[in-house]
Amino acid sequence: MNEFRLYLLSWIVLLALLVVVAAGAELLSGMLAIALVLGGALCMIGVIIVMFMGLKTADALLKVYATGGVLWLGFLVVLTMADYMTR
Amino acid sequence: MLTTETTDRRLSAQGPVAEQFEAMQQQQASNQFGMWLFLATELLLFGGIFASYVVYLFLYPQGFSEASNLLSLPMGMSNTAVLLTSGLTMVLTEHTINAGRRRSALLFLLATLALGLSFLAIKALEWHHEYQEGLMPVLGLAFEHSGEHAQQVRLFFHFYFSLTGLHVFHMLVGLGLLGTIAVFILQWRDPPRIARQVQITALYWAFVDVLWVVIFTLLYVLRL
Repeated sequence: MNEFRLYLLSWIVLLALLVVVAAGAELLSGMLAIALVLGGALCMIGVIIVMFMGLKTADALLKVYATGGVLWLGFLVVLTMADYMTR
Repeated sequence: MLTTETTDRRLSAQGPVAEQFEAMQQQQASNQFGMWLFLATELLLFGGIFASYVVYLFLYPQGFSEASNLLSLPMGMSNTAVLLTSGLTMVLTEHTINAGRRRSALLFLLATLALGLSFLAIKALEWHHEYQEGLMPVLGLAFEHSGEHAQQVRLFFHFYFSLTGLHVFHMLVGLGLLGTIAVFILQWRDPPRIARQVQITALYWAFVDVLWVVIFTLLYVLRL
């Protein structure tokens, strides 16, 4: 598949994920809705970072660095929430 | 300055190497790593606000859910679709300029600019609607929402205007960069250098996309 088609496919996947996330929030409730919304959003972010930010073709150091950035944001949210949820 | 032989046919890999680098590959890696480093500092700025929002969402689920329902989901979705499409046109700008296709690159860049401006127009409409509804607790404006969770709804809208305002500021910076690049492409003085500038700007623009996806998810669709 040439790069142009790959980018187009990524964009279609992103729009489909957007519809899934919004439909999940409107039609479902509880843990299922939360899981669908968060899962869909993470997939969208993943597609943008890998395809539109060029991580697919980046060198190993950049991949490690980018993964670290996302992981550290995760640590920030998870550790902060761990404190509040266990009070 | 040195010129090096390279097997990389992309326009961004051509041209003279700056004196502090040994090869174009090293120069390009430094460019990209520098931009990722800058984006990581941006993530620190937004990350703190995201983490605070999640804490308050957990503490006040009813108030935040009530407030989230006051936002226009169709407008939020339209803005997300517009920004995702601008992400596509920006990456196509990078793709075409690397192939040396100046005219196509300029068209895709102008499309990205137009989509970015459309995003701002939709956001302005949304803010105007919220102003009319009395949901704008900023700049000394009256907040008119009443009910059991009024204070929590007010807190939500503080987050909403902080996050969307900060994002709009980043969009304006991005649009300024795109406009500058458009002028460079029109002048076409140093094509390999312009291709590298497009590469770096595309990284920034995609990062603004990522930020919006997180903001959209937290404010418009995530309800506990």
